[in-house]
Amino acid sequence: MGKRDFPTRMRQDHRVKPSPFGYAAPATVEEALAVLAQVGDDAKVLAGGQSLLPILNMRLAAPAHLVDVNRLRELAYVRAEEGGVRVGALARHVDVERSVPAYDALPLLRQALQLVAHPVIRNRGTTVGSLAHADPSGEMTAVLALTGGSVVAARRGSTRTVAAADFFLGPLESALEPGELAVSAFFPSFPARTGTTFLEVARRHGDYAVCGLAAAVTLAADGTVTAARASYISVGGTPVVIDFTELLAGSAPDESGWHAAGELARQQVEPEADIHASADYRRHLVGVLTRRALGEAAGRAA
Amino acid sequence: MTSRLFGEPVQRVEDAQLVTGRGHYLDDLGHDALAAAFVRSPHAHARVLDIDVTAALDVEGLVAIYTYDDLAASPRGTVAEALPLLIPHPALHAPRTGYALAREEVNHVGEAVVMVVASDRYVAEDAAERIVVTYGVLPPVVGIEAARSAERRTHDDVPDNVAAHLLQEVGDVQAAFAGSPRTLELDLAIQRSASMPLEGKGVYARWDAEDGSMRVYSSTQTSTSVRAAVAAKLDLPLNKVDCIAPMVGGGFGVKIVHPWPEEVLVPWAARELGREVKWVEDRREHFVSSAHERGQLHTIKVGFDDDGRLLALDVRFWHDNGAYTPYGIIVPIITSTQLLGPYKPGAYRVEFWSLYTNTVIVTPYRGAGRPQGCFAMERVMDAIADALGLDRAEVRERNFITPEEMPYDHHMTFQDGRPLIYDSGDFPATLAKLRTLIGWDDTLAQVASWRAAGRRVGVGLACYVEGTGVGPYEGAHVVVETSGKVKVATGLTTQGQGHFTSFAQIAADELGVALEDVEVVTGDTRRFGYAVGTFASRAAVMSGNAIAFAARSVREKALRIAGDALEADPGDLEIVDGVVRVKGSPAASIPLATVAVLSNPLRYAFDEASKAATQFAVGDTSGPPVREDDEPGLEGTDYYSPVGATFANGMHAVVVETDPETAEIKVLRYCVVHDCGPLINPLIVEGQVHGGVAQGVGGALYERMEYDENGQLLNASFMDFLMPYASEIPHIEIDHLETRSPLNPLGIKGAGEAGVIPSAAVFASAIEDAEGFVITAMPISPSELFDLRRRHAAGEVPSLRREDRRTEEMR
Repeated sequence: MGKRDFPTRMRQDHRVKPSPFGYAAPATVEEALAVLAQVGDDAKVLAGGQSLLPILNMRLAAPAHLVDVNRLRELAYVRAEEGGVRVGALARHVDVERSVPAYDALPLLRQALQLVAHPVIRNRGTTVGSLAHADPSGEMTAVLALTGGSVVAARRGSTRTVAAADFFLGPLESALEPGELAVSAFFPSFPARTGTTFLEVARRHGDYAVCGLAAAVTLAADGTVTAARASYISVGGTPVVIDFTELLAGSAPDESGWHAAGELARQQVEPEADIHASADYRRHLVGVLTRRALGEAAGRAA
Repeated sequence: MTSRLFGEPVQRVEDAQLVTGRGHYLDDLGHDALAAAFVRSPHAHARVLDIDVTAALDVEGLVAIYTYDDLAASPRGTVAEALPLLIPHPALHAPRTGYALAREEVNHVGEAVVMVVASDRYVAEDAAERIVVTYGVLPPVVGIEAARSAERRTHDDVPDNVAAHLLQEVGDVQAAFAGSPRTLELDLAIQRSASMPLEGKGVYARWDAEDGSMRVYSSTQTSTSVRAAVAAKLDLPLNKVDCIAPMVGGGFGVKIVHPWPEEVLVPWAARELGREVKWVEDRREHFVSSAHERGQLHTIKVGFDDDGRLLALDVRFWHDNGAYTPYGIIVPIITSTQLLGPYKPGAYRVEFWSLYTNTVIVTPYRGAGRPQGCFAMERVMDAIADALGLDRAEVRERNFITPEEMPYDHHMTFQDGRPLIYDSGDFPATLAKLRTLIGWDDTLAQVASWRAAGRRVGVGLACYVEGTGVGPYEGAHVVVETSGKVKVATGLTTQGQGHFTSFAQIAADELGVALEDVEVVTGDTRRFGYAVGTFASRAAVMSGNAIAFAARSVREKALRIAGDALEADPGDLEIVDGVVRVKGSPAASIPLATVAVLSNPLRYAFDEASKAATQFAVGDTSGPPVREDDEPGLEGTDYYSPVGATFANGMHAVVVETDPETAEIKVLRYCVVHDCGPLINPLIVEGQVHGGVAQGVGGALYERMEYDENGQLLNASFMDFLMPYASEIPHIEIDHLETRSPLNPLGIKGAGEAGVIPSAAVFASAIEDAEGFVITAMPISPSELFDLRRRHAAGEVPSLRREDRRTEEMR
């Protein structure tokens, strides 16, 4: 048996631009894992395709195989579970954004998703897919990192859970290994009296942010800060989590504290320049947005 | 009378077709054609040492691979010669044009080196990917400073990189400066952007070997000229070549350039292969192998009096023309002349150098040098106002050419080689309307109070004049068919301007028929062979008037024939709702359809209607069926050729707020007053203005071409080239002035480019006003504004004098 011993067919449509690839559209997770076990060394998983297809069409990537998981309806779910929200690999951004149980359990999901590209992209793109893509400008990477969530990676015969801290290895590089399929992500809820927000500066509405962050502030019953953390996008190769709890715990939730946190964050990040923004500007935004975000999050925690 | 359509906001008749996917753009045609793809240079400057196609040869579906050597070996035509220099100019002393396929050298990333033809585009791309081109990389010239320093050369035989140098001087500038109580100097920069139509270029060629004829479809702004170029390059008689511009998804200038390499190669390959061939540009190709514009550096010295009146203006600028100059030096000529806007400059001296760089060629993009000129002049106006502590609108008004001074001769030569004479315009009235629209004094007061409260808000103002409707000519053919339907054909092309509606309005009015009975065809050489093209805001002026003339001749003939039939004096007849009738006695009438039948004496009846024109039905046998001075058919052809351009004008004001921390720039209001003479269709004119402002917002705040030092374009996709979304475009408030042009019978002026011209100027003006320090380079991003703030705080960027005066007052 050759390498093509799975339900695959070569491209038939004559009006596409990618390099030739084998194509499999498994109907079950089991089948998908079987396919990936065979061709995973040189395969890409196709879910929403919002990042992958442009790359293929521009021939910037030329995987030998595409494994299309769009028929895996069993993975098209968003569930509020004990302690958080579980999102299946085929849940579109819009499903997560609009899910009331998910919002009730973790408002940050919707707060972040409203900044993910545009509605038409959110209609198709998947949340787990954007995590697997591991773009350090992707909002959902910061959410997974801030919540201390995890990704469930399955391969034929085994499953493992990878913590957010271990999942993002570098720009466009996740801990997923050849043969593995990210089947779901889990986003833990925050403790009571926690407020969250997602703020970013983007060049155009819906663009990848020049700088952005997810923030969470937890207040004690007496109104003082018990915990404050933020997770940044577009300022490093992976989402950058900074914990301000040591700085702010026990203090009143006020501007001076947020300002100090902004200063701390400014010093800790090592952003790089690109054609849209200088490193200095990004660092400056980290300070400004930290102050604003913590204030806003604290306001929602009260 | 039939109600007049001219001036009515008639819904565009083409839109139902366009928005339901029945538009037939270039890529909707030729489904069975072979597909072409190109191997393009990955280097900005290199010698082509070797092309190895071996690995591509076994790609199934490959039909042909062509390199320059194949063009050179072609027995017929001149496809191997350099592409034409379309607009020669005496000051363009070192013109260079490329080849359809690179000959020995490539001069920008994206230059076509190898053409691949295959069964479909996919296979063509697969084969192209396997072709190995060996390059000897040469050091590239990137950017105006590098070109100016001439440490490196783009073309070996152009040692200073200067393609053209032009100086125009009006009056004695030196003496005028000597007599100027005040002077200022400014250095101003504008970066590159591009037309970026949503539909890229595309060519589809059908060679008929039996007939020896070629039909070319091209997404072009000039089908007649593409036709002529293809005929010349392929050595075909003109009457064996037709070119058709199907629906075109935007041009904005880039598609007026021709023949593009692909417009030569695709028809040539179709003839070589005896097969239909098609090529459709993809977005990445468009970024690196079509045209850009805008990149210029300017040094300006201005002399003025204590009232802010211009006495002397000395402008020097350096224009980046990219790798070649096929379109001549139209863009810098326009900057150098249209920079003057609505103002009297006193003595004026302008000098420019057009420079070669190893980047994509530079040709007109909507506005075509005017945005740069407007930016330069309006920066001068703001600087004068600031220097003297005067109201910015007031300083502008003091320098306006007045309506009494029209026509106003600048004693310069314009882009059409004709004298720069403003035919009309009422600039004080335009400004007055704008001040009313925005509420100038109230807005300034409001902004001052916001600023006092710590907000950074600024108001910008910019004025421009635009020479529109340049010649040489356009023509039209109008025929009333025996069905009573009116068919109008004009040779220039359409790329979204609503010509099928506005031209039909003109013809319907002239002929007294309903709008739905008029059908307009543009850009099809089978229907009308004489034309120039659609660019420079010229289509409405040129073809609009030609259609009016042609329709009038048809009307005259219709009245004459109807007069014979009704035994009435043609002077007593009118045409209402498609029926010719005696004024005041509508019962005596004859449908225009019947007049059309009678206009063509027949021997054979082919339907009921035509019986009326057959030889035994016609009563009068005293003269020949077709009179000596007449022709059969109810049709007419006429042309419009003006002595010079007609000058539209406009003024924009914008209110912006900048975030004191993030430096994000938000538009609070955008107001436009626009004068293009009588509006044929206000809906269409406002649509043009909206589109122009949208592109202007892009050019001022978002778009630029980011080349690195190696000549690689870093943002060759819509992910990183930030064309604004609808969400970035402000609500646009518009008012119109309608100052008639004395040059044409409809009194109209062009509107196509207007919206985009003052954008860089008006945003610079507003951001400067908000920030209190001088803005000299556009576009501007939040990151750059943040950097300017730091440099301003460090004393490296000067404050407005306004700020100094405020500090003094506070002391």
